[in-house]
Amino acid sequence: MKKIHIALLVLIAGAIAVLLTFLKTTSTYDTVDTAISKPGKYVHLMAKLDKSQPVEYDALKDANYLSFTAVDTLGKSVKVVYHNTKPDNFEISERLVLKGKYNDGIFNCDAIQTKCPSKYKEDMKPTDKKLQTATTESPTSNNSAESKY
Amino acid sequence: MDYIGEHLLPGQLGHFFIVLSIVASFVATFAYFRSAKSASELDGDYWKKLARIAFITEVICVVGTFVVLFYIIHSHLFEYHYAWKHSSLSLEFKYLLACFWEGQEGSFMLWSFWHCVLGLILIKTSKQWEAPVMMVVSFMQFALATMIAGIYIFNWKMGSNPFILLRDSGVLDNAPALHIGGDVNQPLRPDYLLSIKDGNDLNPLLQNYWMVIHPPVLFLGFASTIVPFAFVIAGLWKKKFGEWTKPALPWALFSAAIFGVGIMMGAMWAYESLTFGGYWAWDPVENASLVPWLILISGIHTLLIYKHTGHSLRATHLFFILSFGFVLYSTFLTRSGILGETSVHAFTDLGMNFQLLTFLLVFVVPALVYFAMRYKEIPAIKKEEAASSREFWMFIGALVFFLSALVIIGKTSLPVLNKILGTKLAPPENVEFDYNQIQIFVAIIVAALTAITQYLKYKETPTKYFWKKIALPTVIAIIAASFVLGFGDVNYEKETVGFMAAIWVAVACSIYTIIANAAYIWIGIKGKLKISGGSVAHVGFGMVLLGILISSSKKEVLSNNINGIPAPLAETEDPRENLTLVKGLTSDMGKYTLTYEGDSSHPKKELSFYKIHFKRKDGKEEFTLTPNSFVNYKGNEGLMSNPDARHYWTHDVFTYITSIANPDNTKDTASFKPVPLKINDTVFYSNGFIVMEGLNTKDSLPKELFGEKGELHEAPLKIYSKTGSIYTVTTRLAVAKGNTLSLPDTITAESIVLRLQKVNADRTIELGIKESNSIMEYVTIKAYKFPFIRLLWFGVLVTAIGILMSMVHRISQNRKSRLQS
Repeated sequence: MKKIHIALLVLIAGAIAVLLTFLKTTSTYDTVDTAISKPGKYVHLMAKLDKSQPVEYDALKDANYLSFTAVDTLGKSVKVVYHNTKPDNFEISERLVLKGKYNDGIFNCDAIQTKCPSKYKEDMKPTDKKLQTATTESPTSNNSAESKY
Repeated sequence: MDYIGEHLLPGQLGHFFIVLSIVASFVATFAYFRSAKSASELDGDYWKKLARIAFITEVICVVGTFVVLFYIIHSHLFEYHYAWKHSSLSLEFKYLLACFWEGQEGSFMLWSFWHCVLGLILIKTSKQWEAPVMMVVSFMQFALATMIAGIYIFNWKMGSNPFILLRDSGVLDNAPALHIGGDVNQPLRPDYLLSIKDGNDLNPLLQNYWMVIHPPVLFLGFASTIVPFAFVIAGLWKKKFGEWTKPALPWALFSAAIFGVGIMMGAMWAYESLTFGGYWAWDPVENASLVPWLILISGIHTLLIYKHTGHSLRATHLFFILSFGFVLYSTFLTRSGILGETSVHAFTDLGMNFQLLTFLLVFVVPALVYFAMRYKEIPAIKKEEAASSREFWMFIGALVFFLSALVIIGKTSLPVLNKILGTKLAPPENVEFDYNQIQIFVAIIVAALTAITQYLKYKETPTKYFWKKIALPTVIAIIAASFVLGFGDVNYEKETVGFMAAIWVAVACSIYTIIANAAYIWIGIKGKLKISGGSVAHVGFGMVLLGILISSSKKEVLSNNINGIPAPLAETEDPRENLTLVKGLTSDMGKYTLTYEGDSSHPKKELSFYKIHFKRKDGKEEFTLTPNSFVNYKGNEGLMSNPDARHYWTHDVFTYITSIANPDNTKDTASFKPVPLKINDTVFYSNGFIVMEGLNTKDSLPKELFGEKGELHEAPLKIYSKTGSIYTVTTRLAVAKGNTLSLPDTITAESIVLRLQKVNADRTIELGIKESNSIMEYVTIKAYKFPFIRLLWFGVLVTAIGILMSMVHRISQNRKSRLQS
């Protein structure tokens, strides 16, 4: 066997080993129940903000403390603590991807991804709203639109 | 039904161009195919002529589509979905191009446009290769044209038409006010367009000059990868296995330079104006464009090996096929919506997944099958490379690059794996470290090889020769590296000790690369700049590596303070990176004191600029940074922030807004608490106490303002804050024309409001005290320090220049050899 073939085999074996190790370090997408069932393990919790519960964030007291209750599609909820500022679109977000670990009754997350209906369905929702408000005022302000065309 | 105010002609013209371009590119593909296949020269020329006409027609169509779509955006014809969705009346002219390629359709058109340019150059220059190479390019044009076709074939929608009307796009279907009788089941009102006053606008984060220049460069990079691929196919087809490498090499170099710059422009954009806290986050979209570039570089190196030794021709075939193949794969990943949660900036799904997958497979599968079929015929040298030869180590380097690309794309493809296997695997906890801990070793190996390999000769290197030449640069590099590591304070303790050691080795190796390759220009090729392109590119590459290593490992969070009430720390606590600044109040941040001085707004947009004054504690320097934010922009909630940075030669100080006082909270809910006081009385509030210093009453007041029995009471107060600050305030109560008027005084820094509510006959008063957070104006910021970031950008520039230098050199070489033959 040529040296180059040996090098080839060694390097390819290395690459495969790296990818297999990677598969072991991956985390999972979880619901509240399954996240609670594996405390201390890093998961992606798919949930949304429970609006009936208080959201605690006061940048003046501590800019790095946000706490709220997340509820998943099965209706289970968990208290979440996030040591960062409140993410954009947090309250209107339809779904939150919370990355972190569950421990002692609290889900500590280190990253929050907000998913907005507007970003997914081609800005449908805000558009509808805008169109309706635009239309209600249209009889009075038609002139400006006409002069445009 | 006729609708008022619509301009239907541009759209019809545009769609006509698209349909014609589909037909023309198909004809071009077919005619080039016949031309390449024909046995007689006469026949071949006939088909070639036809193919050229078809291709030029195609070019006219693509340019026509481009012009029409730009006209629609520029004229704000919001009856077209594309203009409505991506632009607005207030958009500056320079961003009109940006919104052109914000959408998938526009970016496909941009891609196709570059193929037109490249195709015309190929027609002009590629001589006997024209027919087979242009067949591939024309077929690609056909595939891209179908992407924007928007034609229905038996209920199956092919492509997404950029000229679709707003009323046909489905957006208006659920807006009752736009339909006759307010009923969504009825048709639209004929005057519906009057209500569409403005477009949805370009995503504010994309309103940036980078969005104007980065996509064209990147897409030229994407587009140009087809040329080496097409030469490979042409070579396999015509069984001219080695010959194609000559004309393909300058093209591959061109592609590498432009593609590389395009990717790094994206990184610069992310660094300068997005708030990812850096220039590279191993985001799937970033990876997807990096991977074909890495493989392209591998291909260029194996091609050079072949050129000098005859080895590695098979690998070169594979690398160029895969480099283009991964461009298509990355197109599939970023446009199909499959990345979902894992990426922050993929395109939205247009429901074209089947077509995108077909697009990928129709190129890659036949190419790989063809390659496999001809594999045995591709000449290869039986004799083994010597371990002291340049080609041996060059090949190892190319292989490491290639495998590192496969590892990156493998990890990036996790969502694809989930889709195929039905699993629910999510990216690991620390995504960046997961990539870095592997790629750092790639960096070490590649940097070391880049430093040494130039000093080896092709075929075999005499040991003595090698050591004689490499001794000096090695000694200099050792000295320089010990200096940097000894005094540079490169400490990265966030991860393991092993990782830090790896960083040190990588730093040393990249310094070695820079010095050895710079020295090679004199030692190896005696200062002949014309042929020094490779060395220059390698010097640049070393700078890129060094810049990445130092700026990432020495990145410092400046706003790493705990401000206000410290909360208990969890076990794996992230450093708290946000700092709140109250307006006018100076806060402490490491070496600096910071003051939020105020904000101003953009005249037309919901964009605010925040002035943050930085002052070094040693008094040596002060400056103001003005990061900005879109606040509650168009139905979004919260901030879209753009950072501001102060640039130094050795580092950047970088800050952006992460949170501001919520305007909703400024609706004051706290109420005044009444406190009876007499002169010299003291009353406490949460952060100190207030002393009433006196009481004056004036009664000879202008009658026209105060009426007959006007009175004005003034109570001077002194506020002693526990921070040591003392404020004086004179609260006033006026009795005018039978009404009592009290003007509240606000002491912002103490977040209290004071009001003189009542003055009694016995000279006692009732003071209203309100304490509220909402009266405070504040911003929360993050601030970073990035050292040596300029080295990275400068390195990219040097690399690109080096690659282009060798491209020029190879072109003139080809020209000479043509003249000789």
